[in-house]
Amino acid sequence: MRNILDREGRLVGEAPIDIDTTRRLYRAMVEARAYDKKGTTLQRQGRLATYAPLLGQEAAQVGSAAALHPNDWMVATYRDAAAMWMQGYPWEVLFLSRSGDERGGRPPVHVDVLPPSITVGAHMIHAVGIAWAEKLQGTSRIAITYFGDGATSEGDFHEAMNFAGVFKTPTVFLCQNNGYAISMPRERQTASATIAQKADAYGMAGEQVDGNDLFAVYAATKEAADRARAGDGATLIEAVTYRIGPHTTNDDPGRYRDPEEERAAHDRDPVERVRRYLENEGAWDSDWEETVQAKAATTIERAVELAESLGSPSPADIYGAVYEEMSPDLRRQLEGIES
Amino acid sequence: MSELTLAGAITDALATALDKDQRVLVIGEDVGQTGGVFRITDGLLGRFGDQRVIDTPVAESGIVGAAFGMAVAGLRPVAEIQFMGFSYPAYDQILSHVARIRNRSQHRFTAPLVIRMPCGGGFGAAEHHSESTEVIYAHLPGLKVVIPATPYDAKGLLLAAIDSPDPVIFLEPIRLYRLVREEVPEGYYTVEIGKARIESEGTDVSLITWGAMTHEVREAVGVLAGHGISAEMIDLRTLRPLDEDTIIESVQKTGRAVVVQEAPKTAGFGAEIAALIGERALYSLRAPVERVAGWDTTIPLKKAEHRYMPTTESIVAAARRAMEA
Repeated sequence: MRNILDREGRLVGEAPIDIDTTRRLYRAMVEARAYDKKGTTLQRQGRLATYAPLLGQEAAQVGSAAALHPNDWMVATYRDAAAMWMQGYPWEVLFLSRSGDERGGRPPVHVDVLPPSITVGAHMIHAVGIAWAEKLQGTSRIAITYFGDGATSEGDFHEAMNFAGVFKTPTVFLCQNNGYAISMPRERQTASATIAQKADAYGMAGEQVDGNDLFAVYAATKEAADRARAGDGATLIEAVTYRIGPHTTNDDPGRYRDPEEERAAHDRDPVERVRRYLENEGAWDSDWEETVQAKAATTIERAVELAESLGSPSPADIYGAVYEEMSPDLRRQLEGIES
Repeated sequence: MSELTLAGAITDALATALDKDQRVLVIGEDVGQTGGVFRITDGLLGRFGDQRVIDTPVAESGIVGAAFGMAVAGLRPVAEIQFMGFSYPAYDQILSHVARIRNRSQHRFTAPLVIRMPCGGGFGAAEHHSESTEVIYAHLPGLKVVIPATPYDAKGLLLAAIDSPDPVIFLEPIRLYRLVREEVPEGYYTVEIGKARIESEGTDVSLITWGAMTHEVREAVGVLAGHGISAEMIDLRTLRPLDEDTIIESVQKTGRAVVVQEAPKTAGFGAEIAALIGERALYSLRAPVERVAGWDTTIPLKKAEHRYMPTTESIVAAARRAMEA
C-alpha cells in the first residue's frame, strides 16, 4: 500500500506537491468537512432529504480530484461531493441536489461532472464510454469514476473494467474502500486480498494506496491520469479509507460495528494528518487555522442560503425535461395539472 | 431509388448516417467482421473502419452503458442488441440512466443514442429470440420507441432516430426483415418520429397495429373488404411519443376499434391504446374495443409458436364482432 504521509504527518516518501498547493488542498479538505457537517445538520433539521456523509474520506476525494485537469470528466456517487466540488460542481448545487431537487443535477456549463449515480455500480461504464469518446475524438481529456468497495461486487463493475481493458480507454477507476457497504464489511464483498489486484484480471494497472494520505492519493491519481492521457489505458486505484459516519442519515452503525472502531479511525484522520505536516513544515499556525475555518463556514453558509432561495421545481420543470421538446401527450397532461 | 428489403433499408440508413455525420458510430456484438447476426451492418466495417464500427465483448449492459457515455460526451452511437430477448441485462442502463439523464441533469447532459434490437417471433427460433416486450420500453419516460413496418419507414425513421436529441429504442420486426421489397429513396431523408401512418383509409372499423402484425392486418383489410366492411389500417410506427390524435380521429370516424399486437395481452401496449380510446373517444364507440393479441403465456417454441400468433382470421373475426355488436 502506497503511503507518503504517515499518521503523524511525517513524510515517508517524496511529497508530490509543494507547500502552497498543500495549503490549498488543506483548505479544500476543511471546506469539504464543513460542507459535510452542515449536510448532516440540515438533514436532522428536515432541510435536506437523506444525506450520505463523506466524513473521513476527504483526502481520498480531494487528493484524487486535485490531480485532474479542470476539463476532465467525472462520474461519481452520492458520497463524493468533495471530489465533485473540486472539479467545479458548486456547493450550492450539491446542497440543492441533496435537498431533493432535480436542479441539483445541473452543474454549470463547462463543468463536466455528471450528477451523482444513486444506484450502486451502473455508472462506472459511463466513464468508460465518455473516455472512449474522447479518445475517438482525439482529445486529451480523460474520465475518472468514483465508487466504493461495495460497487465492486456488482456485475457492472466487471463490464466496465473489461471494456476499459479491451479498448484501453483513458479512464481512472477510483475505488474508495471505506470498509463498509451500509452494514456489510469489505470481507463480505470479495475474497480477493485487495480490490486493487482485480486490475490484473482486466489487463490494466492497479494500485492500493492509503486513502487517508492526501499525498499518496494525489500521486497515484496523477500517475493514472498521465498514463491515460499517454494512451496507456485505464488504472484501478484502491484508496483504503474509512467511513467514519453512517452510510446515510437513515443508518445506525451501532447495529453492526464496534464504536471503538470508529474512535480508532479518528487517529487516522486525513485532515489532521495534513495539518500536522504543515505545522511540522512551519506552514501552519492557529491564526491561519482560524481564518481557514471561518472562511469555510462562511462559504458553506452562503451556499445553503443560495440553495434554499430557489424554492421548488415546477411541474413544467419536470415535464419539460423528459424530452428536448415536450411531446403532445405530455403537454396535454401538464395542461391538466396546471389548469 | 432502389428496391430494398426492410433489412436493406436499415443498412442503407446506417451507411447514410455514418457518411453524413462523423459523430455517428455503430457498436455491438459481431457488428463488424460478420456484419451482425442478421447482416444488418454488413460491409460497414470495411467502409468506415473499426473506430466507427466497433465489435464489443459479449455484454449488453456494457454496450449500452458505454454507448450512453459516448452519447453524453458528444457522439451519436447506434448500439445493436442481437435480439430483444438479450436486451434485459441492459435494461437497468436504459431505465436508470439512458432514459433519465436529461431529467436528472435538467438538460445539462443528454444521451442521444439509438438502441437497435430485432424483435418478434414467427420464425421458430430458440427461446429468448422471439420477444415482443415493447411495452417495457414504451413505459419509460424519456425514451422514444420506434418500430417500422416498411422499408421506406425503416430508413427514414432510423435516420430520424439518429438525429434525435433524445434516446430512441429502435425495434426491428425480424419477420419483416426480408419479407418484401420496396422503392426506397437514396441518400438522406427522415420520417417524423411520433407520427402514425394510415396505410389504408376506411369508414367502418379502425385496425390499429405496429411492427410485424401489419402484415396480417393488411391481409385482414382485404378479407374484410370482401365482406363489405371498410377497415382503416393504422400503423403506429412510434409507440412513444404516441400519435394520439391520429388514433382518436380515426375512431371518431369509424366508431369501432380493433387493436392488434403480437405481445401477450395483459398489460400490453394494446391496453394503452384501448384506455386512450376510452378516455378520448368513448362516446364515438359503437362497439367495445377489441384486442387481438398473443396468448398470456411465454411465446411457445418452434412447434407450437404458430398457435400463439394472431392471424389474419383472428383479426377478421374481431372486426366482425365489432361490426355486429
